Amino acid sequence: MQGFKTAPPSSQLYCHSSFLLRGNDGNRNPTTGFCDLGDLHHSSAVFHQDGVDLGSSSMFSVKSSNVVGGSNMQYGTLSTNVGSSEIGSGGGGCMDTGLQLMYHKGVAMQTLPLGNGHVDNWADSGIADNSQQTDDTSTDIDTDDRIQCNRGKNGSRMVMQSKDQTKIKPEDQKTLRRLAQNREAAKKSRLRKKAYVQQLENSRVKLVQLEQELQRARQQGIFIATEGNQGHLAVGNGALAFDLEYAHWVEEHQRLLNDLRLAVNSQMSDDELHILVEGVRAHYNELFRLKRIGAKADIFHILSGMWKTPVETRFMWLGGFRSSELLKIIKNHLEPLTEQQLLGICNLQQSSLQSEDALDKGMEALHQYLVETLSSTSLGPNGNGNVADYMDQMALAMAKLGELEGLLQQADLLKQHYLQQLQRILTVRQTARALLVQNDFISRLRALSSLWLARPKE
Amino acid sequence: MHYQVESPSAAAAAWSYLMRVRSMEEDQMERVVRLASQSAVVIFSVSSCCMCHAMKTLFCGMGVNPTVHELDQDPKGKDMERALMRLLGNGINTTAATVPVVFIGGKLVGSMDRVLAFHISGTLVPLLKQAGALWL
Repeated sequence: MQGFKTAPPSSQLYCHSSFLLRGNDGNRNPTTGFCDLGDLHHSSAVFHQDGVDLGSSSMFSVKSSNVVGGSNMQYGTLSTNVGSSEIGSGGGGCMDTGLQLMYHKGVAMQTLPLGNGHVDNWADSGIADNSQQTDDTSTDIDTDDRIQCNRGKNGSRMVMQSKDQTKIKPEDQKTLRRLAQNREAAKKSRLRKKAYVQQLENSRVKLVQLEQELQRARQQGIFIATEGNQGHLAVGNGALAFDLEYAHWVEEHQRLLNDLRLAVNSQMSDDELHILVEGVRAHYNELFRLKRIGAKADIFHILSGMWKTPVETRFMWLGGFRSSELLKIIKNHLEPLTEQQLLGICNLQQSSLQSEDALDKGMEALHQYLVETLSSTSLGPNGNGNVADYMDQMALAMAKLGELEGLLQQADLLKQHYLQQLQRILTVRQTARALLVQNDFISRLRALSSLWLARPKE
Repeated sequence: MHYQVESPSAAAAAWSYLMRVRSMEEDQMERVVRLASQSAVVIFSVSSCCMCHAMKTLFCGMGVNPTVHELDQDPKGKDMERALMRLLGNGINTTAATVPVVFIGGKLVGSMDRVLAFHISGTLVPLLKQAGALWL
């Protein structure tokens, strides 16, 4: 103990304070996290035995010469709650200085909730407990002085002493300063809390508004049957309806593929596996049906591929992945393949590629036609008298745009044929694995999109 | 060409007109079939149709040299198109374009979707080889 007569390194003092607290906490559960102070034990274990007896506040005599004559009584009351308030109600400021050090340390040591920002929490918990055993010194307390008054409740005598303006001692000055800092910190904390709550309220209002908008959009002619088995009817706002349907489809698809994955890993019989694979293929057909409906409602939306995640959209060709591309991805995961299977796969790749190129050329021809039609005659400033030409142009162009639907449909049909052929060439197990590999790739593209969208922006 | 009213009744006149149209169609049907068997691969198309362009590209890309009949450049094109529609069995579905229609080895294959289905399933190439349109 004697080592503490001189100013000890503050960490040690800190330990002491914590010890004191712990010593007094013997009868109750530490609520404010002082249990973390447990690890400070090691350095101050020696004091523990002495800790309770704060009368040997020679520990505190470090900072102040006067003392702790009255400190004993405070410590008695400390046993109820180790709130800052109690600690604060140190007599004559020696305890206060100790606490002050603790506050400062608390900022540095994050395990202890002693940081300035938490002072009012302390105060709150302190109040709750204090009220049980208080003196009635709480009559005229305004919030800012709550902390002080808490201390006042338990060690009113001490507080009185510390607030005694007539004899301003250096310790009192420090006390006052600390109290002022406390107040500031508490005020800041309250303001922060207020701002946060305000923000939450705003977000809540926005959320309610968004939900209302969504409700309204749903009611404006979009009727989607909730039963998965019955057909989904999407009328009205084509793009939005399709997006919703597609979202449902993706969920269902993931579920089916998870079942498939479990089946593949669990050595299920080929027949049962075949049923699952057929189910997945039928589900793909369902997607093509949705796309047909969507194309009739809003072909440019389907063509744009914007109903997929951004990275997926990059890979879109005529509203879907290229079969030849998918085949490239799964080819490596299909080992072992027989000679015949290998030949079949190569042919499938080649015919897919040729068909895709043919459809690409068809699309090019469409573009070329639009360019020629819409740029012929009367593009100069003199546009009058050629209204008939203009109307003709528009009529031709409109008719041509109608052919887009056919191209899109052929692209989807290509995919359908590709899936069918895959099943013919490969064994059931290989087909299942192929579908899983394909889906894994697409899932990773989606994950990449999410990561990209969530990346921290400068 | 004008028709002669053989009986004063309008119905009879209408009937005879219909018969003539029919026969014209059937003429064209025969013509279509005749044309189709003249080459190994025959495509009936419309010059501005982009699906027809796609089909032509497909066959040329495979090394086949198809005979193309552009219906919009044929005086009897409309009738031929009607004949093709009946061959395909489209009937009431007039919104879908009839062309392109392809015949391989004189036999009707069908529209673009049939061709692609055959191609992906690997049966188009043997068919072409059989008809002598492809060597090796």
